[in-house]
Amino acid sequence: MTTILLLVLALALVAAVGVVVWRARRPSPPSIDASTATPLPAPPDEVAPVEPPPEPTAQGPPEALAEVDLVEPTPSAQSLRGAATKSRGLFAALRSLRGRGKVDAATYDELEETLLRADVGVSTTQAILADLRARVGAGELASTDDLVDALREDLIARLELVSGAAPEDLVVDPDPEVVSVWLMVGVNGVGKTTTLGKLAAREAARGNPVLLAAGDTFRAAAAEQLTQWAERSGVELVRGEAGGDPSAVVFDAVQRAKARGNGVVLADTAGRLHTKVNLVEELKKIRRVADRPPGKVTEVLLVIDATTGQNALAQARQFTEAVAVTGVVLTKLDGTARGGVVVAIQHELGLPVRFVGTGEGPADLQPFVARDFVDALFEDDLAEG
Amino acid sequence: MFDALADRLERISGRLRGRGRLSQADLDEALAEIRTALLDADVEFSVARDFCAHVAERCSVEALSRSLTPGQQVVKAVHEELVAILGGETLKITYASRPPTVVLLAGLQGAGKTTAAGKLAVWFKSQGRNPLLVGADLQRPAAVEQLRLLAEQASVAFTSAGGDPVATATAGVAEAIRLGRDVCIIDTAGRLSIDQALMDEVRQISQATEPQYTFLVIDAMTGQDAVHTAKAFHETLELDGVILTKLDGDARGGAALSVKTVVGRPIAFASTGEKLDDLDLFHPDRMASRILGMGDVLSLIEQAERTMDQEKVAASAGRLMEGRFTFDDFLEQLSQVKKMGSLGGLMKLMPGMNREMRAAAEQIDDRELARIEGIVHSMTPAERQDPSIIDRGRQARIARGAGRSVADVSQLLKQFKEMQKMMRSLGGAMPGGGKGKLGQMRQMAKAARQNPEELQALLGGQVPAGLGAAGPKPWAAAPPARKGGTNKKKKGGRVTPPKGARIVRLTRGLPVEPRADAVRRDGRANLVAVKLRLVRMGKKKQPTYRVVAADSRSPRDGRFLEILGTYAPRGASKADPETIVKIDNDAALKWLQQGAQPTERVQKLLVTSGAWEAFTAAKAAK
Repeated sequence: MTTILLLVLALALVAAVGVVVWRARRPSPPSIDASTATPLPAPPDEVAPVEPPPEPTAQGPPEALAEVDLVEPTPSAQSLRGAATKSRGLFAALRSLRGRGKVDAATYDELEETLLRADVGVSTTQAILADLRARVGAGELASTDDLVDALREDLIARLELVSGAAPEDLVVDPDPEVVSVWLMVGVNGVGKTTTLGKLAAREAARGNPVLLAAGDTFRAAAAEQLTQWAERSGVELVRGEAGGDPSAVVFDAVQRAKARGNGVVLADTAGRLHTKVNLVEELKKIRRVADRPPGKVTEVLLVIDATTGQNALAQARQFTEAVAVTGVVLTKLDGTARGGVVVAIQHELGLPVRFVGTGEGPADLQPFVARDFVDALFEDDLAEG
Repeated sequence: MFDALADRLERISGRLRGRGRLSQADLDEALAEIRTALLDADVEFSVARDFCAHVAERCSVEALSRSLTPGQQVVKAVHEELVAILGGETLKITYASRPPTVVLLAGLQGAGKTTAAGKLAVWFKSQGRNPLLVGADLQRPAAVEQLRLLAEQASVAFTSAGGDPVATATAGVAEAIRLGRDVCIIDTAGRLSIDQALMDEVRQISQATEPQYTFLVIDAMTGQDAVHTAKAFHETLELDGVILTKLDGDARGGAALSVKTVVGRPIAFASTGEKLDDLDLFHPDRMASRILGMGDVLSLIEQAERTMDQEKVAASAGRLMEGRFTFDDFLEQLSQVKKMGSLGGLMKLMPGMNREMRAAAEQIDDRELARIEGIVHSMTPAERQDPSIIDRGRQARIARGAGRSVADVSQLLKQFKEMQKMMRSLGGAMPGGGKGKLGQMRQMAKAARQNPEELQALLGGQVPAGLGAAGPKPWAAAPPARKGGTNKKKKGGRVTPPKGARIVRLTRGLPVEPRADAVRRDGRANLVAVKLRLVRMGKKKQPTYRVVAADSRSPRDGRFLEILGTYAPRGASKADPETIVKIDNDAALKWLQQGAQPTERVQKLLVTSGAWEAFTAAKAAK
């Protein structure tokens, strides 16, 4: 409390002095015309809803979607690789390393640059390189070719190690009395709603009648967006009032699922920055409520935008702390971004990547396969070698 | 944001303390730290590399400057480089001579375009404009609906014809003309920079609507990819600037640096909050200061200016400094501060905050304020005027009334008493020896206005006990150019600086080591800056001015260090109506080069006389 009193006072003082300053300035105001653009007041008061940036979405008319094979959302590396190639062959830079023979300092610099440019992050990159250095030192790797191959294997091992066997099988509680809840969390605009829609389409196609909960009651028109998804894949949706309590929506959805015999509730949440304590508390509450019998939260998927840089680590850390994230969905991998930050997330937090989103259609959600992911990164390189 | 960079720099600076010279090894180590900080902040790889190279260059040049410790040299070089990159002016919107001024927003999916469009509309409204929002994002389900809702919340006009995005945008502009709206903001669908079809589409929209401003909306959390995206959009659209969104998280916003470097277009706006009015012009210089942990008093003051009831605040602040501060005043202050925004956010703008304080500020729960308020509201007016009458019985009553424990109440009372005591001692320590009179505060404020860094330092030094900001601010303390307190009574006299006095330029935040003789007994630094300013002379109807170099602390009673010339707006005399400005350019140049800061008016005069040009030329030559 002491601090608060002092802070208020200090602020009041600053403000008072400032105000006097400004008043003193009045007599000869600088010529302010409309274009001088005095900064806009930004008086944020209390806790407020989250800024709702748009999320990516499905495109194309629904009738076209009907033709898409929803049953097997091609877990092959083909499309992933395609996506990565489109984005300039991510590790193309490594090509120049091939066949150079001896490993020297410049080689490491190049590897470092490549990893850093892929958003892997400084500390993870250094850890990876330290491993490689040790192996070169031990005489295990002689040429740059070996080194590049070793890097590739190393990345696969890192990603596979924690990913486990089947990332695509999200956990459903075996007890038929229990309604499993899969929660989508993440910051604004990463594609939670879109991912949820794709996931719903996928589950529906697999004959798992899921129930959607439009837990994003904050962003304008978020529920409408999800409604469109629900209609496309013919699943049911529970939505609440705009601005209502998201926990209530999730609660209702669990009750409804119980009554209708849906085994799984897919719950959307509003995007929130992991630094907003009040919003994270709200998320914790959603989780608590969803965990109330007959509901049980079996998966909490953190959606991360592949364009995100090192901040994704902070996001993963905070969300894991708050709601025990069980896996990551990496979206927007069809752009130029590399999504290398998942390596860092796995390295530092051991969170497995479960799915990758590579487009806006319902089928553009694939289970994450470490080998394919890394192969896609190395594609140019493999073609060369 | 950028906290890590500030922290790392603090560490480097600390480690280099006590070294006489900056050795190559020190520099390399410091540069490695800076590079890591930049990369961790998501600055693009090559940008980070070049940044470090430039800092190294600056450091080797700066090595000549003996007055700086190695740590300060590095900090200064980084600051300068930051300003150089982020630098330049805050964007000034030039409105189309034939309205509407068309503003086009483009960007990746999920960057926050639609929200930014809504916020931008609110911003234009606050500028006295009349915006129209055009929803041309026909891609994402319900995007148009979202924009319509935002428009409703912001009470601005909205239109979306639907069908084809290009046609929708053109129809939007036509609608703006029909409705007489002078700003037309077009929201477009999110698109990947490699999606040729969609990029063509946005180009067509641009060609059809001929926007005055095309902004790329970029998420502050974007990593290395920011540069590719910005480049691709710039090639397609000829960007005018960037809107940085989600800057309110803990993203370091390195993308800002990268984009500015690579595309060369400024960050025009930054969105720093959840509310519709949380969009502001981006101030690069303030950002640079904030990065280096120097606080951002200007923004704080602007916020105060906008929201506070100035009379009331000034009055109660006056009482506060005299130590006659009551709970009523406190309530008043509290309500004013609350109007300005969340405490945590405001504290981030405070100067003199170290890392721990910043972290503490993050954790402040604004509801705590409400609890304190509740306790105070449960007091009787008499108790609020004179808390000393509150005995145990009254405490218990207050606690019951506020729904708090007696311990809470007594704690508050105790702290309030301490606060009063502290304020009294501070009041005495105010510059000018002020006994808390408003006039003196104004005096101080005036000096500070011309010299914001000084204000920061003043304030930093002013809240020592609680805020951990005690002691001189390394970048603001300077040895006095003359001994304070001498010649106090003498009016109009010429004061020569004592021998060996160093005059240090303060306004750019140049870090100067505090000298022993620069610290006063109360532990605060003496602050001296030299201003070039006018002294009014002559008759009332025939005013003439002296252009003088003067110590910025002294009251404007005509004391100065040197006369540099005269300024007679109505002519020097009847006989000589032609001579308006007469300035000794050599003398002026000498002072400028020592870091003296001209006031706005004097600067104009110096431009007229040519001294300013000589100064900038000399600076450039350096």
